[in-house]
Amino acid sequence: MEISNACELPGSKPYWPAWLAALALGVVLLLTFILTGHGLGATGFTTRLTAWLGDIAAPQWTLANDYLGPMVEDGAVLSSWISWQVLGVFLGALVSAWLAGRLAWRIEGAASAGRTGRLLKALAGGILAGIGARIAAGCTSGVGLSGAAVLSVAGFVFLGAFFAAGLIAARLSGGGVK
Amino acid sequence: MIETFIAILLGFGFGFVLERAGFGSGCKLTAQFRLTDWSVFKVMFGAIVFTAVGLYVLELAGLVEAAGIYVPIPYLWAIAAGGALIGAGFAVGGYCPGTSAVGLMTGRLDALVFFAGLFIGTFIFAGFFPQFDALTTAGEFTKGDRLPEALGVPEWLVLVAMVGAAIGVFVLGGWFERRARAAGQV
Repeated sequence: MEISNACELPGSKPYWPAWLAALALGVVLLLTFILTGHGLGATGFTTRLTAWLGDIAAPQWTLANDYLGPMVEDGAVLSSWISWQVLGVFLGALVSAWLAGRLAWRIEGAASAGRTGRLLKALAGGILAGIGARIAAGCTSGVGLSGAAVLSVAGFVFLGAFFAAGLIAARLSGGGVK
Repeated sequence: MIETFIAILLGFGFGFVLERAGFGSGCKLTAQFRLTDWSVFKVMFGAIVFTAVGLYVLELAGLVEAAGIYVPIPYLWAIAAGGALIGAGFAVGGYCPGTSAVGLMTGRLDALVFFAGLFIGTFIFAGFFPQFDALTTAGEFTKGDRLPEALGVPEWLVLVAMVGAAIGVFVLGGWFERRARAAGQV
């Protein structure tokens, strides 16, 4: 029997089974630690890009800001390992989606939440995550995944709080993206 | 130069695998919170255990030096508050920061909007930095940065427990997924 799955684009290749994705992600993460001594991340880049954008849009405010100021002081705010790594993430995702026939403009979840509703929820989620990642000094990739892989207390506390809050927030906000 | 190349290559692998796992899809990601698709738990925990065991073996073999591996500082309140905000943002918005980067590259405009929200969130944090500053280092746990020292047990025992837990996640997740399928929820 064919199982319909709204999460997949019609006609695209199926996603990898979880065990294969887990193994492949483990190989990439382990290689990252061996080659660099640290794990994988994401918000290190978005934070730097925020400082860079601030420096263009409101240079005086950004330079005077206690958080963003020190980042833009020396001029090369985007010149960092994490910027190149996230560029790699963009490219890897693009190539994977292209090979699997999953490239298409769409608003996922618009069927149940409506276009505007879905985009407002996405924006609200992004803002919450943006604030949270600065409080925790990292996100699901940097503190959760990479932190737990080195058996850090921080990593496991992050994952516990992350999933507990996620389960509750999903219940309260209509069950996530459908 | 070589560092830049390695960064792009590792990032490429990261983005490729996340997309293959289905983690560019807010629908598939949040199905974890509906308990109808356990891919997020399975993939994350599986990769964590693989890397943790791999690092342990490489350290035993003398190929990797433990002192050279970065371990985040356990500011417990900061980590818990930040983690909870990111979890709530994930449930509401459909992504976390890394997966929104993957999602937007597949053409998902909701992922692009989530990604844009990250910048607004960072600006808000920066704007209220004097208020947030104390929270970012709140609750430092001093007994040890890693579980073996914090719990006072040998590392191999932590790893054995994690391998067991990972198998448990796959078994339990498989049960929930079969149940959801039988109920027509997927």
